[in-house]
Amino acid sequence: MSRGQDGAEQRLVTPGAAIGPATGRRVGTGALIQGDTIIATRVGLVRERHGTVSVDPVATTYMPRSGDLVIGTVVEARSNLWFLDINGPFQALLPMSLAPWKVEFGGTSDHADINDSLLMRVQEVDEVQNVVATMRGIGLRRLSEGAVLQVDVQHNDTLRAEGASLLKRLRDLSDCRIVLADNGRMWVDGEHAGIDWLRSLFRDVAAAGRTDALNNIVEQHAANAPNRGEA
Amino acid sequence: MMGGYGDVQLLKEDGTRLDGRAVDEMRPVEIKVGVLPAAQGSAWVKQGLNVAVCAVYGPMEAHPRKIQRQDRAVLDVRYNMAPFSTGERIRPGFNRRAREISKVTAEALESVVLLERYPRSKIRVEIEILAAEAGTRCAGITAASMALADAGIPMRDLVVGIASGKIQDTVVLDLDKAEDNYGQADLPAGICPNTGELVFLQMDGDLSIEEYNLAMEYNFKAAAEIHEIMVAALAAKYGGGEA
Repeated sequence: MSRGQDGAEQRLVTPGAAIGPATGRRVGTGALIQGDTIIATRVGLVRERHGTVSVDPVATTYMPRSGDLVIGTVVEARSNLWFLDINGPFQALLPMSLAPWKVEFGGTSDHADINDSLLMRVQEVDEVQNVVATMRGIGLRRLSEGAVLQVDVQHNDTLRAEGASLLKRLRDLSDCRIVLADNGRMWVDGEHAGIDWLRSLFRDVAAAGRTDALNNIVEQHAANAPNRGEA
Repeated sequence: MMGGYGDVQLLKEDGTRLDGRAVDEMRPVEIKVGVLPAAQGSAWVKQGLNVAVCAVYGPMEAHPRKIQRQDRAVLDVRYNMAPFSTGERIRPGFNRRAREISKVTAEALESVVLLERYPRSKIRVEIEILAAEAGTRCAGITAASMALADAGIPMRDLVVGIASGKIQDTVVLDLDKAEDNYGQADLPAGICPNTGELVFLQMDGDLSIEEYNLAMEYNFKAAAEIHEIMVAALAAKYGGGEA
């Protein structure tokens, strides 16, 4: 493994590949210690930062954690709760007591019906992956305008890096309001041209897979952006 | 059934096989990943005339609930040969052979997939053999391992499926159809190329200890070669040089 400066390591590894000796280093996500060697557990790019070796995966699945901001789609409305698809292995449960509306028993679908998109936070995830969501919080609401795009979860860190500079650039270029959720979904609202531009951009990002390709793809698409003059 | 058919000549006078390969030479292998856009991860493996496609879905909630494990995910592997995969049409549907291969493939993959990361979940692995020429379970295992890696499922290692066998009292690597049908033994194995662990082993027919050792030596050598092709296939999709 090359010994670049912290954060400079960008080597593609596959599961089982030796990353380097474990002595004096910690392991982060996408890696584990086997004997005295750190090995990769996913296909991804090796990153070493402050003595912690991790692998930024090129593909991953969203696993909910307490506090995550998520966009859920209602799949079932029962008398006193909703079940929502949050793009993870398990559906999330939103009890009416954690909804922002005054809900009558049996009247859940008056407030959020099947296929409605809700911006929520994950309140609790137990050890067997039961997920409880809440809509009690600032900005949490039903998303009745705009569009929800799929953004592979592994790109979230890149989009939010350096004070979310890339996300701000996308907001400028598309002239859209953007909310990036933690569960591989992004809410965008604005003119059709801006939404279409973002949709096309993230289609290319998904095809590329690699997290380090994101900046290049944004640059390639910038020429066609609806608001390129003000970027 | 391995038993040998005595008078069928599978080796030429110069010691090479009917298709011109040396005894320790495997059939050409080609691998691609990300071939099925609807799947979370997918792979296509061509080994000789074998063609295997694998799609991975999940992790997802395991249904029916009785199959859920509270401490880990379950691997739901389905191996199937397409009716048109062989010269003689195969009756469609799950049969006893497919059930056995699905089971042993799941057990091989369970050794490397970090299932404890996804309690109560299921990871669906669908292996479809589009063309068969002996060694389809090995091609299926290789394809499944690649599709899991492509799906971002955490694993301790990749798994390579490869077989050796015995024809005319000679140990050979990677049996083709004639060798499989008329040979004396078949030894398919699932090998973790980085750790050298054996996660799957079957034997059909008889091998002496010396023959077994030689067959396994061939299997490990071929596994290293196939692993390089697997890594190159992942690098081709995701770019960059691999370790």
